[in-house]
Amino acid sequence: MIDLISELLSYHFIVRAIVVGMLVSLCSALLGVSLVLKRYSMIGDGLSHIGFGALAIAAALNLAPLAVAVPVVVGAAFLLLRMSESRRVSGDAAIALASTSAVAIGVIVISLSSGMGNDVYNYMFGSILAMSRGDVILSVTLSVAVLALFILSYNKIFAVTFDETFARATGVHTKRYDMLISVLAAVTVVLGMRMMGALLISSLIIFPALTSMRVCRTFRGVVICSAVVSVICFLIGIVISYAAALPTGASVVVVNLAVFALFSAAGAILRRT
Amino acid sequence: MTPLITCENVALSYDNKIIAENLNFIINEGDYLCIVGENGSGKSTLMRALLGLKAPSDGMITYGEGLKQTEIGYLPQQTAVQRDFPASVFEVVLSGCLSQRGAKPFYSSEEKKLAVENMERLKISDLKKRCYRNLSGGQQQRVLLARALCATRKMLLLDEPVTGLDPVVSSELYCIVKDINKQFGITIVMISHDIHSAADHADHILHLGGDDVFFGTAEEYKQSPVGKAYLGGHHHD
Repeated sequence: MIDLISELLSYHFIVRAIVVGMLVSLCSALLGVSLVLKRYSMIGDGLSHIGFGALAIAAALNLAPLAVAVPVVVGAAFLLLRMSESRRVSGDAAIALASTSAVAIGVIVISLSSGMGNDVYNYMFGSILAMSRGDVILSVTLSVAVLALFILSYNKIFAVTFDETFARATGVHTKRYDMLISVLAAVTVVLGMRMMGALLISSLIIFPALTSMRVCRTFRGVVICSAVVSVICFLIGIVISYAAALPTGASVVVVNLAVFALFSAAGAILRRT
Repeated sequence: MTPLITCENVALSYDNKIIAENLNFIINEGDYLCIVGENGSGKSTLMRALLGLKAPSDGMITYGEGLKQTEIGYLPQQTAVQRDFPASVFEVVLSGCLSQRGAKPFYSSEEKKLAVENMERLKISDLKKRCYRNLSGGQQQRVLLARALCATRKMLLLDEPVTGLDPVVSSELYCIVKDINKQFGITIVMISHDIHSAADHADHILHLGGDDVFFGTAEEYKQSPVGKAYLGGHHHD
């Protein structure tokens, strides 16, 4: 086991992936609690598909992938939030429309420029090789910003998540915090999606929150538990993926699924006693 | 007595349709006002207007000296999200202190003390560490009342607080609200479906319903044609 881990750490690209992956797991778990409780789980999924489209276009135009995808996905987060608030188009339908359209456009752009192949596969399911040095620096900076903003707004995020009307009535700018949460989610999704894949990144947002809600009874407990569960699942996932030569993103998701099942069982036993 | 809120010729609309107009009333310090009326008569919309969440489509709502909109405690109707929310009672009550803190990110020890005091007032101190979603309906309402008290020292707005509660718990809640009004001198504005209890507990009634707008004391309401029609004439104390 120790040999395996020291072997793992001797590869620079894996160390980079671990650093970025841990930070992304942490951020997505924190934001996931609020998104899941506010019934916005699908926004994370929608954003990752839009991110796929943005990455495809960036690759075709030879632009820096993150520099294109971050603003596009942040913009999309604004729009999706607006749409899910409007009474005319129902939110889930709006997200489904936007995400499938973005994937379709992305696939067409890729097939026109480089032809289908490894690129599409990597974007969809992620690749551990995706992180360059520059990406790592950008990811670390953005993740630290996400974490800092989350901690500073923690009490307001609780209030807005628990009871938006009450928060607004007592003078909290709830729209601003809704925006903050979805912008932070957008940044996190883009950072994580190239490693986890567009199809799988949203699981990092949803799984840890749901897992900890099985057993935790306070909001703070859920937030802390999600963060810990998320990072541990990521580390186990990456070790398994290396040892068994499996795709990283899929391994992390399967570990999350197993832990979710474990916590569900534990929660059921706790409730019975 | 000083007026806390004055409404002059207020009209309210919902989806661009006027649902109530020519509302004229004054809420004085220490009043206990019940807003009654049928569904769709604009009760909740009026409350949103009083809270500053929605502008009236006509007329003026003015706040008395020393009352800021953000100093009004509010007990909204429960949402589906809350019924299944993992939060401790203390976390929920403490979140009522948020209104006074502006941009400061964390709660001070005074605010934590205020939350503890308000839990004592409503006799829910023993629930402090319990999970909100596992409480009974009546307990949940007490928790939300404690939170509202953290947000105000002057005025409390309650939107149908007894909906879904059984009769015993409902009457307990009415007593608590009455206590808050009498003991702490906090002005109460409550929307209620339960016209009989409203007329018994409140000192003022505002009846909304198209052309039949009534505003006056509870006694006047019981004698008025509108009141008699709605109370059904066979009302027992």
